[in-house]
Amino acid sequence: MRPDLADHFPPRAGRTHEVSGPSGLCFALALAHARGGTTLWAREAWAPEQLNPLGISPYLDPAKLLIAQGKDQLEVLAVSEEALRSGAVAVVVMELSKPLDLTAGRRLQLAAEAGTSTGLCLIQDGMGSNAAETRWHCAPRFNESGDSTHQFWDLKKNKSGTLSMWEVRWDAETRRIRMVSDPAQRQGVARAAR
Amino acid sequence: MRARPADSDTPFSLTHLHKSANRIYCLNRAARAEGLHPGMPHADAHAFCPDLISAPADIKGDTRFQQTLARWATRYCPWVGVEGPHGLVLDMTGATHLWPDEATMLGDMKQRLARAGIHALIGMADTRGASWALALHGGGIAQPGASEARIARLPVSALRLDEKTCVALERLGLRTIADLTALPRSTLTRRFGAEVLLRLDQALGTQPESISPLSEPPHYGVRLTLPEPIGLTGDVMAGTQRLLTRLCETLKEQEAGARVLQLTLRRVDQDSQQVELRLARPLRDAGRILPLFERGVGEVEAGFGIDMMRLEATQVEPLPVKQITHIAGRDKDKLDDLITRIGTRIGLENVQRFLPADSHIPERSFSVAAAAFSEPEGAWVALHPRPLQLFSPEPIAGRGNRPPKSFRWRNMSLSTGRATGPERIAPEWWMADENWRSGLRDYWRVETRQGRRLWLFHTPQTPGWFVQGEFA
Repeated sequence: MRPDLADHFPPRAGRTHEVSGPSGLCFALALAHARGGTTLWAREAWAPEQLNPLGISPYLDPAKLLIAQGKDQLEVLAVSEEALRSGAVAVVVMELSKPLDLTAGRRLQLAAEAGTSTGLCLIQDGMGSNAAETRWHCAPRFNESGDSTHQFWDLKKNKSGTLSMWEVRWDAETRRIRMVSDPAQRQGVARAAR
Repeated sequence: MRARPADSDTPFSLTHLHKSANRIYCLNRAARAEGLHPGMPHADAHAFCPDLISAPADIKGDTRFQQTLARWATRYCPWVGVEGPHGLVLDMTGATHLWPDEATMLGDMKQRLARAGIHALIGMADTRGASWALALHGGGIAQPGASEARIARLPVSALRLDEKTCVALERLGLRTIADLTALPRSTLTRRFGAEVLLRLDQALGTQPESISPLSEPPHYGVRLTLPEPIGLTGDVMAGTQRLLTRLCETLKEQEAGARVLQLTLRRVDQDSQQVELRLARPLRDAGRILPLFERGVGEVEAGFGIDMMRLEATQVEPLPVKQITHIAGRDKDKLDDLITRIGTRIGLENVQRFLPADSHIPERSFSVAAAAFSEPEGAWVALHPRPLQLFSPEPIAGRGNRPPKSFRWRNMSLSTGRATGPERIAPEWWMADENWRSGLRDYWRVETRQGRRLWLFHTPQTPGWFVQGEFA
């Protein structure tokens, strides 16, 4: 039996988490919406990809989003730590281009704990830090039946629980992440019934 | 006007836009001699006098200069007011004994102004009206009690009347002030209204007229001189707290809030260091500002010690007193403080928020504004699905007007599973945009079999396929 996604998402507040993969952005926005409150998005100013507020508006109200542009990763981390510690924002999302060292990871963790806000690092594949509470990998899935929000979320690291993976989709009406019932599992159930 | 002396031989004028025409604001003597007058359209003036040189008038600058001059004039007496756009009025009562006589004082005034390049007309009399009349017609001093006699032979235009009334009076043969005083008062009022008599009485002193002096602009600076130099961060913060408390009191009196604060720390070796704090919102709450200084003060090199501290609010905004409520507000304050703190590190303009903009062009459908200087506003309406992130268009290989069956993008081989579109977006012809030179764009949402969902566009006018964004 698959563990319920609701037990793992949104991940614990007062901790920093990591997400990688092409759908990490969607994960971050879903988390920001689930937490409510203001979100601070810390990124490096040179990064070519830009958030499109019109695109994120079905996920998160852009009015609740603040962008902090640092000139390098050090500034991004400093800003994130400050924001996490203050507790004035519910979620701090940081786009990281280089792996975090142990000290930086631990400092973020302590800051998140002090401010009881959630930190989320958007990282490249295989760049995870040991200090992260959970690490996720999110990738979009092609869906034959026409669902264009189908994704595959893989919980690859969890300091306080089990690992698992889910097929999910974004429900635009309720603005929530929904589990897609797993066809393999359904087959299994059917076989057991036979 | 000062750059070209009034006595220069070439006609010169300053112009300003007034009553929907470029009109003459100010002239020099040569231009006046050509028959030009202030208020006439610049085109007319140029027709009269082809070699007229003109420049646009800086009216704001003039006002500022007038204020400076008013401040300077307090060296003669404390009671200085502003008279119209071009004059100053000084109440010399009780201040003349500092000079041998009044003529010396006026001479000194004239000389100092002339040195600054100002050609001043100065008159002095018992009343404000009479001094004005004298200043405009030859200048000079009317001894106490002699004002009436001095101004009697001056034209009626010396009475601060508008031009229309002056012309009407002159048409009736009332050329001098003496002519006016000789007339029965009731007839004057009936014909011209109360204005003429009021001005006449003010000039003759039968109607009092007060001078309202300019108020001193509030000063938002405090300082602290220490008997012994200090060096510990805690001590400096304690000093800053004292300064802040005093500064915030001043700010509260003026119902203002500081936007930019500058803390100057002078060391014993006369070197001074500055800590600048730019706030996300105008503030006058010492308790909230003080922690925001911590980072800046921590970076200061104290050397042999700091013996003088000075705190100044260099930029101040009005901040009316508000009723304190127990609901909301707290979170917003925390957020503002956070923006300020982040701003001290990465610059206040680098903390941004999105504002909606009215355009169909994806890159221009939003604007980015500094969070400290904007409020979230407007509704976000996406008529068609839009990608989560945008990047500058990356070309891919493709032919025809349907998305390619398979293509390579960022070193990945992708094959199209489902394509939705096209959505045609035309460039905004009224905006010259380099990126939209290629003309129309047909946007497609392409869901690849590998998972990635991309935003592709095709430019039918200059055939080519590009990737511009990615969906969730």
